[in-house]
Amino acid sequence: MKKKSFFAQKRARVIAPAIVLALLIAVWWVVVVTTHSAIFPTPGQVVTGTWELVQDGTLWDHIGSSLMRVGAGFLLAIAVAIPLGLWIGRMDAAWVTLNPLFQLLRPISPIAWIPLAILWFGVGNASPIFLIFIASVFPMIVQTAAGVHTIERRYLRAAENFGVSRAKLYRQVIIPAVLPEIIVGMRITLGVAWLVVVAAEMIALRSGLGYLIMDSRNAGNRYDLVIAAMIIIGIIGLMLDGITRLLERLKSVRWRYGR
Amino acid sequence: MDAKVQIKEKIVVDDIRKSFETRKGTLPVVGGISLNIRDGEFVAIVGPSGCGKSTLMKMLCGFDQPDEGRVLIDGQVRHGPSSKGILISQHGSVFPWLTVQQNLMFGLDGISEAEKAELADHYTAMVGLKGFEKSYSHELSGGMLKRVEIARALVMKPEILYMDEPFSALDALMNLKMRMELLRILEEERHTVLLITHDVEEAVHLADRIVVLSPRPTTIQATFEVNIPHPRKMSSPEAQDLKEAVLKELGL
Repeated sequence: MKKKSFFAQKRARVIAPAIVLALLIAVWWVVVVTTHSAIFPTPGQVVTGTWELVQDGTLWDHIGSSLMRVGAGFLLAIAVAIPLGLWIGRMDAAWVTLNPLFQLLRPISPIAWIPLAILWFGVGNASPIFLIFIASVFPMIVQTAAGVHTIERRYLRAAENFGVSRAKLYRQVIIPAVLPEIIVGMRITLGVAWLVVVAAEMIALRSGLGYLIMDSRNAGNRYDLVIAAMIIIGIIGLMLDGITRLLERLKSVRWRYGR
Repeated sequence: MDAKVQIKEKIVVDDIRKSFETRKGTLPVVGGISLNIRDGEFVAIVGPSGCGKSTLMKMLCGFDQPDEGRVLIDGQVRHGPSSKGILISQHGSVFPWLTVQQNLMFGLDGISEAEKAELADHYTAMVGLKGFEKSYSHELSGGMLKRVEIARALVMKPEILYMDEPFSALDALMNLKMRMELLRILEEERHTVLLITHDVEEAVHLADRIVVLSPRPTTIQATFEVNIPHPRKMSSPEAQDLKEAVLKELGL
C-alpha cells in the first residue's frame, strides 16, 4: 500500500474538523432563521458584533486584561510550585506531612474562593490573580513532586556514584528528569487558569473577556457579543495549549514522550 | 622479598554477609564472602540467577552496607560509593536528557569546560562513537548506549570498574563485539575490573580469575585462574575446558 504523503496526511487532519465546524455553523444559522429568534444571533450577527469590538478597540483591551491576569497568576504559581514540588518530592517527611493538605485543597473549586478573594483583595486585579494562583499552584506542586518520585533509581545512583555536588545534582539530574512532568503540569494548569480567569471576571471588574460576557448580557441583551466572546475564549485557550505543546518538542525532554 | 607481596591488594572483601527481612522471615542472601582482588586484576564473578550477585555487587561498590564483615578499598573501609570506582549496571544509566558529550562531562570536576569537552570527546572517540557527541540516548542503539556508559565511566579515570551484567541486554553479536572493545580499552588503560555475569563464556573470555558463587545464601564455591593469553580464542581447547569446568561447578 502506498503511504500517504506528509501533506496529504496534514490536509486530512484539517479537512474533517473543518467540515464538522462548517456544518455546525450552517445548522445554527438555519435554526435561528427558521425559528425567527429575536434574541439569539445568527453567525453573521456574531461576526459583525465582533467587528464592532475590533473597530472601537475594546476587544484588545478585554483580551489583554484577561491574558495579563492569567499570566500573572500562572507565573506566580509556577514560581512557588516548582521549588516547593521539588523539595517535597525529595523529602519524604515533607511529602507525608503536606500532601494530605494539598489533596484537601485541590478539589475545592477556585470559584468557591471568590468570596474570600473579594474579602481579602477587593475587586481589583488582585482577586482574579489570586484565584488563578490558587487554581494553578496545587496541581503544579503535586505534578512536580510526583515527577520527582518517578525518577528512576539508576539515574540517582549514577549521580551518587560520580559524587557530584548538590547543586549539580539538581541542575543536571533532578530538574531535567522532572522537566517533562513539569511541562505536562504547565499545560494542564494553564488550561485551568484560563478557565478560571473568565469565571473570576464575571463577578466584578471593568475589563476582561468574562466581564465582556456579563456586560453584554446585562447591557441590552447583546447575545451576539456573548457568543463572540465565547468563541474568542475558545480560540485563545487553544492557542495557549499550542504554545505549551511547543515546549514538549524541546530536545532535552523528548526522551520522555517517545521519539 | 617475594615479588608477589609487593603487588598491593586493591579490594579486600572480609567475610561479608547480608540478609533481607521479608514477610516470611529473614532471608539470608549473602552468606559470608571473602575475596582479595589485586590492583589491575580482572575478576569475574559468576553464579546462578537469583543467587545474590547483584546484592553482592551493591555492597562492593558501596550502594549497600553489609550486615556483617567489611569491604576495604586500598586498605580503607568502604562506607559509600565514590567516583574512584564506577558502576556500569545492567539496565544502563546514561542520562537521556543530556547529550553524549554532556553525559561524559557530568562527573568531571575541577577543570575548565573546554578541557572537560576535550576529555569527553577523546573517550567518545575511544569507544568508537566519534560524530555522536551531540546525540541524545534515544537517537542511539542499545550497543551504542553501552559504549557511552563505558566511556562515561572511563573518562573519570576510575581505579575500579564495577560491571554488573553489562552486556546481558545486548544480542550475541554485539555482546562479543563489546567484549573485544573492552579488552582493547583495558589494553590502553589498565583498571581493576570486577565483572558480575551469568555468562560463563564472557567470564572465560575476559577475566584473569573466575569466582563461582553458590546458590543463596551465596558463598564462594570455586575459583579458577584463567591462564590463557590474550587475544583468547573461545574455540581453543583450553578455553573450552575451562568453560566446561565452570559450568560443571554451576551444576550443568
